[in-house]
This record gives sequence, structure tokens and C-alpha cells, in this order.
Amino acid sequence: MSTSRPPRSTGQLPPSSAAQAIVDTSFVPVRAKLLEVAAFLDRVERYGVADDFRCAALRQAAGLLVDGEPERARRILEALSDPTTAPEATSSGKAALGAWQPPVR
Amino acid sequence: MRYIEPHGHMVSRTTDDYQAMVAAGCAAVCEPAFWAGFDRSSADGFRDYFRQLTVYEPARASKFLLPHFCWLCLNPKESEDLGLAAAVLELIPEFLGKKNVLGIGEIGLNRNTRNELEVLERHIELAVRHDQLILVHTPHLEDKKKGTRLIVDVLRAHSGVKPGRVIIDHVEEHTIQSVLDQGFWAGITLYPDSKSSPPRAVDMLEVCGRERIWLNSACDWGVSDPLAVPKTAFEMRRRGHSAEFVDQVLYQNPVRFLSQCPKFVLGDAAHA
Repeated sequence: MSTSRPPRSTGQLPPSSAAQAIVDTSFVPVRAKLLEVAAFLDRVERYGVADDFRCAALRQAAGLLVDGEPERARRILEALSDPTTAPEATSSGKAALGAWQPPVR
Repeated sequence: MRYIEPHGHMVSRTTDDYQAMVAAGCAAVCEPAFWAGFDRSSADGFRDYFRQLTVYEPARASKFLLPHFCWLCLNPKESEDLGLAAAVLELIPEFLGKKNVLGIGEIGLNRNTRNELEVLERHIELAVRHDQLILVHTPHLEDKKKGTRLIVDVLRAHSGVKPGRVIIDHVEEHTIQSVLDQGFWAGITLYPDSKSSPPRAVDMLEVCGRERIWLNSACDWGVSDPLAVPKTAFEMRRRGHSAEFVDQVLYQNPVRFLSQCPKFVLGDAAHA
């Protein structure tokens, strides 16, 4: 699996001397976030709520992290988005839930 | 360092926040009209809120030497009630002449409903009729992609809308490019749990360029950080971006957009 394909860029990157610092300063905090995801998925299984549509969406989106393709953040956001295009007839409530749930027919 | 906070709901914040923002280099704060966390029961509630935004909050900010500007509207979270929306739209013009009002905002969509779209269209018509800048809120989480598409379509359909006078806020990686491609400005909101983090915001600047983009904290009564913008400057510098890069994104860009309203004038201290 390729891990070297760069994302598109408009040439706004700073001098390459800063590149190693990206890893040096961010690796440990990002490692912690990945562990939070893992622990969350374990937790919802332990509590018997892993079938919640949001948990299922999270597991599916997590697969995009390791598919070797760029623009992971954009693609994960799109995977969690409502894919429909027509306005809703009525509001289902003030708050969004974080993942799209197909309407029950 | 100097910066503009172009989107902060300061009526929800403490004076400690004003002090911290000024100490961090904030040269002006702009406050869009917002949902109070509960639905207001009548248009009179909005009249009081607009008085707060145009009279009382700028006076409170001035105690900390911070210029305060605002935007007026009925927030999309309250757009389902078309009767209330009509009454609020009717009273907005009497406040547009106030000296700190920059335009109409934050209008937009919340759950992408037909009623929300209708109220959005009426706000856009009001803005065009009164030659006002427009600040647009895009929906949260799973609704953002669809909502942004609907909003862009409505804005593009109105012949009186000039994209360069419209900022579409709360963009993320899946919406920013489509907003910029249509000629609009894009706002990146820095939140602890949703919208964007400082590292992701800098990623977007590196990928999409730094023209027609501003950063904001959108601090309000929820989980938010009024110092998120200057903290993002630290992330830029840590990656090796220049002081000029930081100044363009945090100060020059918002000044360029907001100065299209002649009422957006900063004192000499702000340019020091």
C-alpha cells in the first residue's frame, strides 16, 4: 500500500526545514487521538451499543485512514455526510448527529 | 501580533475574555446575530437583542478599547417559524443604519429544510436591497455538505449577489474548495470538538491558498475558545510560516473583506 502520494497543494508550504517538526511535535498528540478512537470502539462493544448507526459510520470511515489515498480528512467528512440533494420537508430537530442516517421507509 | 476576531458571540462571554483577547492582539471583534440557545417567543425578543448588539455590547467592548461590530438577522435555527421570521425581517432595516452594523448575518441553513431556505432567500433579498455585506452560516456535521451546496445555489441564483461581498463560514475540507471556486470568501471556524482544529485550518490554508479566507473562533455559550485565532498563529509559526503569512490571514484578509462596508474603520492603535 502506498503511503507517499502527496495531496494537492497550491505551493503554500513553508521551507522544508519545518517538515520533520510536523512529526516531532504532532505524533504523540495524534497517537493519543487514535487510541481514543480505538478505546471508544471497544467501549461501545462492551456496552452493547456498537450497532448504533454512528458507531457503524465511524468504523466505515476509519477504513479510509489506511487505504493509501490522499485527502483523508475530506473523504471522511464526505463519508459521514448526507448524500441527498433535496431540501427536507420538515426539521428533525435543532441538532445534527454527526453521521447520516438513511430515513426509514 | 495583531488579529481580527471576525466572528464572536460576545454577549455570551465574560469581560475576562475581552481582556484576554485584547492582550493577545485583537484589534476588532465582529458579532453575528445568533441563536440564544432557546427560541425567542416574539419579534420583540429580537428587537431587544438587536439593541444589545448595536448599543450595549459595543459599549462593553469599548471599556477594553476593542472596536465592536455586528451583523443582524434571524438565525437559521429559528427559521422554521415563518411568521416569526417575517416579523423579524420587517424590523431589521430600522437597525441597519447603526454605526457598528456591517451587514446581514449569520444567515444560512441549519437542518436544510424548505422553510430555512425560504427565510434564507428573504434575507438575501433584504441584503441586496440595502446593499449589505452577507455572512453565511453553513450547517453542522453531516448536514454541512448538502447545506453548503444549497446555499451556494441560492446565492448564485440571485442576480444582485456579488460573491466577493459574501463570506461563507464554517467551511471544512469537504466544502472549502467549492466555496472559493464560486468566488465567495470562506471562513474557517476553530472549535475544540467540531468544525476545524488549528492544525486542520493551517492544512487548508496550505492546500487551498490564503486568499479570500479568514479564521474565527465563533466563541459563544457552548464549548468554544475565544483565543482560538491567536493559538492558530502559533501553529502557523511552528510549521515555519512567516510573520507576513500570519498577518495576512489573521489581520489583512478580514480587514480587506470587512472594509467593503464603509463603517468598518479601525483606529490608529489597531494598525500599530
